[in-house]
Amino acid sequence: MVQVLDEEGGVVGDVPDLSEEEFVAMYRHMKLARHFDERAVSLQRQGRMGTYPPLSGQEGAQIGSALALSEDDWIVPSYREHGAAMVRGLPLKQTLLYWMGDERGSLVPEDANVFTPAVPIASQIPHATGMAWADKLRHGDETDRAFLCYFGDGATSEGDFHEGLNFAGVFDTPNVFFCNNNQWAISVPRERQTNSETLAQKAVAYGFEGVQVDGMDPLAVYAATTEALEKAKDPADGERRPTLIEAVQYRFGAHTTADDPSQYREDEEVQRWKARDPIPRLERFLRDQGLLDDDRVETIEASVREEVADAIDAAESTVRPEPSSMFEHVYAEQPPELRRQSEAFARVREEYGDEAFLEEQ
Amino acid sequence: MSTQDQATQNLTIVQSVRDALATEMTRDDDVLVMGEDVGKNGGVFRATEGLHDEFGEDRVIDTPLAESGIVGTAVGMAAMGLKPVPEIQFSGFAYPGFDQIVSHMARLRTRSRSRYTLPMVLRAPYGGGIRAPEHHSESKEAFYAHEAGLKVVMPSTPYDTKGLLISAIRDPDPVVFMEPKLIYRAFRGEVPEDDYEVPIGEATTRREGSDVSVFTYGAMTRPSLEAAEELADEGIDAEVVDLRTVSPMDREAIVESFEKTGRACVVHEAPKTGGLAGEITATLQEEALLYQEAPVRRVTGYDVPYPLYALEDYYMPNAARVADGIKEAVEF
Repeated sequence: MVQVLDEEGGVVGDVPDLSEEEFVAMYRHMKLARHFDERAVSLQRQGRMGTYPPLSGQEGAQIGSALALSEDDWIVPSYREHGAAMVRGLPLKQTLLYWMGDERGSLVPEDANVFTPAVPIASQIPHATGMAWADKLRHGDETDRAFLCYFGDGATSEGDFHEGLNFAGVFDTPNVFFCNNNQWAISVPRERQTNSETLAQKAVAYGFEGVQVDGMDPLAVYAATTEALEKAKDPADGERRPTLIEAVQYRFGAHTTADDPSQYREDEEVQRWKARDPIPRLERFLRDQGLLDDDRVETIEASVREEVADAIDAAESTVRPEPSSMFEHVYAEQPPELRRQSEAFARVREEYGDEAFLEEQ
Repeated sequence: MSTQDQATQNLTIVQSVRDALATEMTRDDDVLVMGEDVGKNGGVFRATEGLHDEFGEDRVIDTPLAESGIVGTAVGMAAMGLKPVPEIQFSGFAYPGFDQIVSHMARLRTRSRSRYTLPMVLRAPYGGGIRAPEHHSESKEAFYAHEAGLKVVMPSTPYDTKGLLISAIRDPDPVVFMEPKLIYRAFRGEVPEDDYEVPIGEATTRREGSDVSVFTYGAMTRPSLEAAEELADEGIDAEVVDLRTVSPMDREAIVESFEKTGRACVVHEAPKTGGLAGEITATLQEEALLYQEAPVRRVTGYDVPYPLYALEDYYMPNAARVADGIKEAVEF
């Protein structure tokens, strides 16, 4: 398993070649993702947001991999990669709006190479393969874009994992398949998903390389992702190949806010994994390098709090979408029957008023 | 070859499929064909015959045998701006790809607020009557018509097949194109060599009549016309409306015909319950109740798993059953 930092933040591998600013930016992104996550869970508890899937514990994998990408690369996320999507240009406000039930949260800005997050497990994997394949078919080796797809350990049991990776292997698509193995697919442990010794080894079946990396070590994740991206984009041997990365990690919280993990796992296990928390690990390393001190950490924490608070304010001050907007974005051109339904809806709304539709808030 | 005159060719439906694909692939480099055995083999029904030689393996792609992978990767390709035309070898084998069809192909535009759209066409031969093995004869257009975000096209003639498939490929939204394999080679028709579009969402009247309206589509258009001709000898003048597109459905054409006749018989080979005949009947109730002279008759497949072929002739609506349905509507 690739590792750069041990659990105490001591160096045990090759530290990636990042500038001081980049190291600190990585730390800040992780702190931002953690704080965002804590606030999001709290919003749900207060009834200010719907069901939400937390990411705490997984910042090292998300941020480390997303930062390894070049500007032209793409990510194809599942529903838990709020941190990676944020790094790649999806505003936090959008993520909040989506989980607040507002479709407008799904609108990825034009300049962000982020595919719309997928909720059905593993279903985004064939999309990532198809996207990379399209890029290769259209541009050959004139472009060197890669397409990184996130999914969880449970996804490796799905048919779409197999089909997506199998196509990628056959057609040599420039993909990185990034498995966030957080040990639990809701209540079912990793051991129940497969009898394979590792998830990374499944790549052998598809004819490409699989790598297992400490997913709670952001530097190791960065290094492994960088290497995989090179193979996808501009490999030394000239043959672009996909890679499967298994980032071994743990979700500290529930699957979603609707889940109670005490039903299926022991607190002792949670504590054991919390000792590997990626944030203090990176912080210790950066302090050892003289890149962080108490003052800088405090400044970062204050700016992170402000950024998240601003995003929450922006999301909460967004007025409810215009009800008739549900009839939009279904087809490029609204078919007659949909127009009739839209008009019928407008009539009953007009006649009975919004109070007839909305529950007491 | 001249492209200015009205040169035509005498083609079968399956040849028209191939002609439409070749036409669009020549016109637009973003169009590609993918699926099982579509390459060197030219497709198990020969719908892509010769395209591999003509356009090469990057545009006529033999894929692994995996329907979800075919639909799912096509979704990714289309999201990036290509115009893939994946083929599902038989519509009865589409179900491993069903999640990709309904969860993504149908709703990516909505999910992404139109940032990502899918100019793709999922082609699949459908329907019974060809003495095929189990799972090769289903007609499950209602699944797809039920799904917002999809368009569902079911042609019945060579001319319409080419024009509708071209329209489908040019359509900015995903289209499920269900090809009536029973009549893939049953007859020929004049098909222009040029490219042309037959608009999606527009029905056509195959036979004018004043006594009763027969609403049908795809392979059932033929027995419906046969029945209408037989009944003409008995003094019943049936109008046959071929929907051509089942989603979005041309409700105006349905209502217009019914207002003229006041009687209707709806024909499809799909099972009755939850089938589109119910939707058509409901449309008549909603839009033309005061014109109605008799209960609307439904001549459909039965609510049984499609039988093995020893009994399929009893399952499939034929001219006799359609004629019976028409008479019930007329004699009420």
